Amino acid sequence: MRSLFVALFTMFMTIPAWAEVKIQEVTSPGGITAWLVEDHSIPFTALELRFRGGTALDAPGKRGAINLMTGLLEEGAADLDARAYTRALETLAATFGFSSGTDQLSISTRFLTENRDDVIALLYDTIHAPRFDQDAIDRVRAQVISGLKSDAKDPNAIAGKTFREMAYGDHPYATDGNGTIETVSGLTRDDLLAAHQAVFARDRLYVGAVGDITAEELGVYLDQLFGDLPETGAPMPGMAEVNIDGGITVVPYQTPQSVAIFGQPGIDRDDDDFFAAYIMNNILGGGTFESRLMDEVRRKRGLTYGVYSYLVPKDRAAVYMGSVASANDKVAEAIDVIRAEWVRMQTEGVTAKELQDSKTYLTGAYPLRFDGNAQIAGIMVGMQMQGLPIDYIATRNDKVNAVTLDEINRVAAELLDPDKLRFIVVGMPEGIETGTN
Amino acid sequence: MFRTTRAVALVVAGLAAPVVAEGVDDQVTTYTLDNGMEVVVVEDHRAPVVQHMVWYRAGSADEPRGASGVAHFLEHLLFKATENLESGEFSQVVSANGGNDNAFTSYDYTAYYQRVAADRLELMMSMEADRMVNLRLTESDIATERDVILEERNQRTENNPRALFREQMGATQYFNHRYGVPVIGWKHEMETLDLDDALSFYDIYYSPNNAILVVSGDVDPDEVHELAKTYYGAIPANPELPERFRTKEPPQTAARRLSFEDPRVAQPYVSRSYLAPERNSGDQEKAAALYLLSELLGGGTTSYLAEKLQFDTQVAVYTGAFYNGGTLDNTTFDVVVVPSDGVSLEEAEAAMDQTLVDFIADGVDKEQLDRIKMQLRASQIYARDNVDGIGNRYGRAMAIGLTVEDVQAWPEVLQNVTGDEIIAAAREVLQRETSVTGWLMRDEEMTQ
Repeated sequence: MRSLFVALFTMFMTIPAWAEVKIQEVTSPGGITAWLVEDHSIPFTALELRFRGGTALDAPGKRGAINLMTGLLEEGAADLDARAYTRALETLAATFGFSSGTDQLSISTRFLTENRDDVIALLYDTIHAPRFDQDAIDRVRAQVISGLKSDAKDPNAIAGKTFREMAYGDHPYATDGNGTIETVSGLTRDDLLAAHQAVFARDRLYVGAVGDITAEELGVYLDQLFGDLPETGAPMPGMAEVNIDGGITVVPYQTPQSVAIFGQPGIDRDDDDFFAAYIMNNILGGGTFESRLMDEVRRKRGLTYGVYSYLVPKDRAAVYMGSVASANDKVAEAIDVIRAEWVRMQTEGVTAKELQDSKTYLTGAYPLRFDGNAQIAGIMVGMQMQGLPIDYIATRNDKVNAVTLDEINRVAAELLDPDKLRFIVVGMPEGIETGTN
Repeated sequence: MFRTTRAVALVVAGLAAPVVAEGVDDQVTTYTLDNGMEVVVVEDHRAPVVQHMVWYRAGSADEPRGASGVAHFLEHLLFKATENLESGEFSQVVSANGGNDNAFTSYDYTAYYQRVAADRLELMMSMEADRMVNLRLTESDIATERDVILEERNQRTENNPRALFREQMGATQYFNHRYGVPVIGWKHEMETLDLDDALSFYDIYYSPNNAILVVSGDVDPDEVHELAKTYYGAIPANPELPERFRTKEPPQTAARRLSFEDPRVAQPYVSRSYLAPERNSGDQEKAAALYLLSELLGGGTTSYLAEKLQFDTQVAVYTGAFYNGGTLDNTTFDVVVVPSDGVSLEEAEAAMDQTLVDFIADGVDKEQLDRIKMQLRASQIYARDNVDGIGNRYGRAMAIGLTVEDVQAWPEVLQNVTGDEIIAAAREVLQRETSVTGWLMRDEEMTQ
């Protein structure tokens, strides 16, 4: 049956013009660059700072040092011990979030205009004068170790660990950035100071600010915060060699539902074919209810609550991954269906209608991401780290629309490689065992 | 170099100037359609985006006995065919218009939403109004979607010992009220859910006089009103809609304990819940005191539990206290202590109990309370950056029987709570007789 609604509304199907996100590039008097969106309608600012490198900068034998150091940034600075520091932050009604990933350390802040000077002062001390008091080290270390013990019994974490170790050889990507119980137990205060020096440097800093702040005000704060940062830190690690051979790895674990992640070599963010690959992935398993994987594995067969695929272009390696969870007696069928969809996409590509629907979705959904000061600040820092031009937002949907059917089907044939698709299954799956294609 | 330590010290000594949230209420317009459907519009014109939501005053605690999970099952089934749309077409149309959509179910409500370009509001409304009354389910929908919700339960609960433990805690806390049954349902009852279960729940509860429309974003309230009249106003009210009635808990007179053992547990902990009053219309003071109690006791690293058990002593690696008054019926006040390596659950529980006694004896630290209130005032400013969040707050509150006035009064009610009122609330609620204590434990099998 042809739907009433589609008939009624087809005439309005073009996506409207979106409000422009006006990004300015701000260069401070001291030469530090940031991207800024001024919006004075609400009296607060979201300031996002990222330092490239992340946990991949851990020194040999010191795995987990940068993660532990990151956890200690909110445990005291200058003459404020951990408790005084938190009380100061609460009094200012600001939030500081600290996180370390494989490629970057992030500091996400939010503060009211009326408290801005004091918040910047506290942020300065946080970055430049963390205390690393021994009692704080011991307390946070115990939390990290508790998390590592939990990961050791978490099927998703077990799957991720198994995949990393298989795919990345002796690169830092092959091991958990949180470290192991052994390495974390052995970390000293000197190791944390070294980790601090490795990360915080001007040559790897990216800044985004959104909200109630002018370019001139931001420039002054940039110099205050970063004027006396060292020029450089630890050298960046080399590229990782991705080694994935197709097949299934079963990690036996007593739990009712098997958790599977799957992956094969991927595509770099700056590859000319990235947009085609991105759209292809949206059609295959990229997060909507309409994707082929959701349609085949969930909607038609009821084998899972969710199945997804995602491109993972890290700084030093690119993989193409996915995940699914299915009861132990059903996961074999789920894997068969996913593999069949991998082959179908590689050999048959997508239809013109699928391509058009995906473009409409992706171009329409793009502006929905810009729905708050912190979100926009995060997106702007991501753009800088990827080396995208400042007008990228305005041109991005044109790049999506420019991808042709021939292009996407060529990229699907080149990128997808069922022979190199490896499934890691954690659970007690019935009817499958470890093997290589 | 910019010197900073002094500036921070100054701030710590004297509290920063109070923040006055302004303009939050100005963004909100409300009205009621002739068929009883309530409408809330929250305006934010910074981006041409809208969120369209419909909340039904029907959740898992409204389910008939023996059909646990049917509220959530029906939520999944609302994405199947209607008289006007094919199965799956609802989400396809939303996607084809560049939007996202989803839904969620809780004890007291079920809600559906789409985020999309503001000029697509009418399309969203027409489809949402359609599936309020025109659902056409088949036996094949039932069979496959039931498998999906069973896999969802596997993922959320069966594969997670902490979730299984929480289920046992809830079932032990409530003897006679449906909050003791998990929202997703007991597995053995989910397996038996059929077309009749789903349709009878749908026929009773999915009607405009049991629904709240919340539209937030770049919209004009008058235009939303006109559209709502056209699409939702055309649906007649359901005269058969029953009074919202739930079985009540009898007086709870015996402390209960349980221990849950599972080999998948890596980090044991102690969990304690107390039966507690919820927010009620025109009567939110006690709930506000309990919320502030949870913040003072276990809201972060400056809270009382953290001070005593993580800083002054190293009994715990983590502590927390939680209170959610956003329920229709009696809720719980929860405390959790995760012991440090080498500290037993028995020791952790004893330390937790002693800390609760000491907190009541010490009274509230006025500076800590002032800091929390300051953060609450600031959060009203930050909230203006998330207009969908404001809309959600209204929808959730109205779904549990609160009014627009209650929502707007809540920040001030929180600000007016005194330290003495918080201690009085603590004395009233932290009672052994209405408590459940749970130990989540490793299954210590003797395997040699």
